[in-house]
Amino acid sequence: MSDTYTTDVLVVGAGLAGERVAVEAAKYGLNVIILSLVPPRRSHSSAAQGGMQAALGNAAKGKGDNPTVHFLDTLKGSDWGGDQEVIRIFVDNAPIAIREMAHYGVPWNRVKGGPAQYFIKGKKVEVEEDFKKEGLITSRDFGGTAKWRTCYTADGTGHSVLFAMDNLVVQHGIQVHDRMEALSIMHGDGKCYGVIARSLRDGSLKTYFSKSTVIATGGYGRIYGTSTNAVINEGTGNAIALDTGIVPLGNMEAVQFHPTGIVPTDILVTEGCRGDGGFLLDKDEYRFMPDYEPEKQELASRDVVSRRMTEHIKKGLGVDSPFGTHLWLDIRHLGEKHIKTKLREVYDICMYFIGVDPVKDLIPVRPTQHYSMGGIRVNKDGHAYNLEGLFSAGEAACWDMHGFNRLGGNSLAETVVAGMVVGKRVAEYSLKRNLDISSTLADKFTREVEDRINALFKGKGTESVAGLKKEMADVLTEKVGIFRNGNDLGEAKKLLKKIYDRSKNIKVKSTSKGGNPELTAALRLKGMIKLAMTIAWGAYARKESRGAHTREDYPARDDNKWLVRTLARWPEKANEPVLSYEPVGILDMPPGERGYGGAQSIPMKKSVKSYNASVEKLQKKNGCLDPAIKIGKEIKPGLWKKEVK
Amino acid sequence: MGRTLTFRIFRFNPYDEDSVSRIQEYQLEEVPRLNIFNALNLIRDDQDPTLMFDFVCRAGICGSCAMMINGRPTLACRTLTSDFSSVIELFPLPFFKLLGDLSVDTGVWFREAAERLESWIHTDEEFSVNETEKRMDNELANKIYESDRCIECGCCIAGCATANVYPDFLGAAGLNRIGRFMIDPRDERSNETWFELVSTYEGIFGCIGMMACEDVCPKSLPLLDTFAKVRRLMLGTGLSGKK
Repeated sequence: MSDTYTTDVLVVGAGLAGERVAVEAAKYGLNVIILSLVPPRRSHSSAAQGGMQAALGNAAKGKGDNPTVHFLDTLKGSDWGGDQEVIRIFVDNAPIAIREMAHYGVPWNRVKGGPAQYFIKGKKVEVEEDFKKEGLITSRDFGGTAKWRTCYTADGTGHSVLFAMDNLVVQHGIQVHDRMEALSIMHGDGKCYGVIARSLRDGSLKTYFSKSTVIATGGYGRIYGTSTNAVINEGTGNAIALDTGIVPLGNMEAVQFHPTGIVPTDILVTEGCRGDGGFLLDKDEYRFMPDYEPEKQELASRDVVSRRMTEHIKKGLGVDSPFGTHLWLDIRHLGEKHIKTKLREVYDICMYFIGVDPVKDLIPVRPTQHYSMGGIRVNKDGHAYNLEGLFSAGEAACWDMHGFNRLGGNSLAETVVAGMVVGKRVAEYSLKRNLDISSTLADKFTREVEDRINALFKGKGTESVAGLKKEMADVLTEKVGIFRNGNDLGEAKKLLKKIYDRSKNIKVKSTSKGGNPELTAALRLKGMIKLAMTIAWGAYARKESRGAHTREDYPARDDNKWLVRTLARWPEKANEPVLSYEPVGILDMPPGERGYGGAQSIPMKKSVKSYNASVEKLQKKNGCLDPAIKIGKEIKPGLWKKEVK
Repeated sequence: MGRTLTFRIFRFNPYDEDSVSRIQEYQLEEVPRLNIFNALNLIRDDQDPTLMFDFVCRAGICGSCAMMINGRPTLACRTLTSDFSSVIELFPLPFFKLLGDLSVDTGVWFREAAERLESWIHTDEEFSVNETEKRMDNELANKIYESDRCIECGCCIAGCATANVYPDFLGAAGLNRIGRFMIDPRDERSNETWFELVSTYEGIFGCIGMMACEDVCPKSLPLLDTFAKVRRLMLGTGLSGKK
């Protein structure tokens, strides 16, 4: 019998979202255990640089900001693919979340009254910061926003917020079992009972029974191989949710490419570089973005900037290098002091990794996989579809405030806000539920994991983990990238299916005791391939262009046919994902112009009223559990009209 | 033509009773801008799947990959092979519990340190949802951030003479954490409380001032300044007779 733990709340993932859920549950007096692949402070949240959006309106260029303006920016950013009620919940809570983190010790940068020099749209301007706001939390400019809204601590925002959050976890005495990987969700009769996990220290299997289980394992960018993501972002939590056969993943085809991954190494340099006035230049050192996007220039949404950069490279205007074609990011004009204080991580990354001094030199960049808008489909409480007691928050979830494109600064904000909102619902649910412990269930799921492990030791050995992983990554990068088309995607489906079949022939050669890194990687691979397949299947089926999903053969956004969310399930014994669709949520502001990107759209024939009338029914049909507050009740209808000229 | 590099890597698996600690050699062709992160992954993918090491962000941000590289504790991800001769020796960080080969348990040590130091804002004030945040001077915010930048990689402790002979010593990372909370007005702990916490041999008076920590800190934290301030404050508190 393996070691068995029991707890009220089990959180899988110790990044910001997971820890915030844990803290909320602990405040309710519940027992919480967090499982994490790595020590909590190593989580990828720590790598978020630029900041966290919240409509505080303290900075001079943020004047007049409010949650509704934030709502509009986020919705347009999502290309109307997001759930407007969830966006509303998010924008209303973001200022609270940020102030709360100030209370708990985050040293947010503050307003300094008097004249300040900024670079705005290519020009150096002097702006008078309000003395009355002196000492309040300030903000910087980010892409796709009408106001300066991104609160920050230099360019180490994620680090500061994560350390403050983990301090709270320590303060509340919340147990963290680090180097522990959840391999299977125990479930039966539509209820979740906890997980089977494997210790990455000694290789032993553990059983965790819980009243509620929260998946907060972040994104899965590593399936693209070339990604800004940390090496642990392999979609472990998403894969085990998909393995249940009943929980759907939402909008997996919505994959974000960040404009400024450095070349080589694919490490991110923050959007704050452009927010603070940096330029994108081509091989002639010509600033090309204003030609494509006269209004927003370098600060259109990420999907748009990445597309424009790729278009520009296709015209032959990229810079050739031994590491592939790239463009330049120029922050030299911001000056040494600014670069070495507010963009200090960027300075360090450039100096250490590519030997470029950004004070004097141009930084080689290209669009690089960065964020996963898709994830475990949950209702507005964070409760997973079809499986009571399973929750998800943060990048791992499709809550769905980002739709088909996330704005910079909205993910860090989401982790903390969703952690707060979902954490409350998790606590309420856990207080009502009994802890169900079943040794039959534990044995069944433990045996399944043991069988998987044994099969990997006994495999034919004709395939290697590293080899298949690379093939999978190459298919995604080449055929399911920024610009997509039916031929490539059809081909990608075929290739991925073959890779999936071949993954059965892996053999783990090393029987070394302990963590066994080869076994760890082999155990993850099949789940990663399944996630890759949900992306390719979703992208092939979606015959329109929306946000980051760009189809060369269907260039228009089609609100008539495709104002829907893709749901991908992987039924037991199936060999490929099964797709279904649901409405994106109650529409408050009907689909319209984003104000950047220049794409066409096909209007809805249906009225908003009749679209909205079907939302609840169709979402429930797809497995949406009843949220604490009825669907649509938190939307604040029509408020957006006040903010539209 | 690239060089052929020889990696001499410490091997030991504490979970295998038959494991013997040893140095194992691997050869690798050097490519431009090769760093230790890519080198170790190439070795593991192509030569030895059992090799254990830790990387997470691979961008010098998360602090996972500190190890001894040719005798010096540093972050492996941002160390280029071109900075060395063709023989590169890799050892795990000393001081911390060994989990296998180059992997050590910094996580549990830092969690325990955080518990000892009560590394959180101590305040009686409750957070109020409807109130505007308390004001703070931007210069002070920057100063707090300066100390808050510690990534707890463990290099300072691995390089510390005191820590290596006295395992209860809080090390530079621990003392820096104290310094960070001392200057934060949101933390209401008194000088007397700080005195109890750090005016000990495990704390600020255990430091013998060799400052290897400052030399090896990958984040260039101003450790000397911080220690000086903590020490001066604690001396003052001690001499004032309030203790």
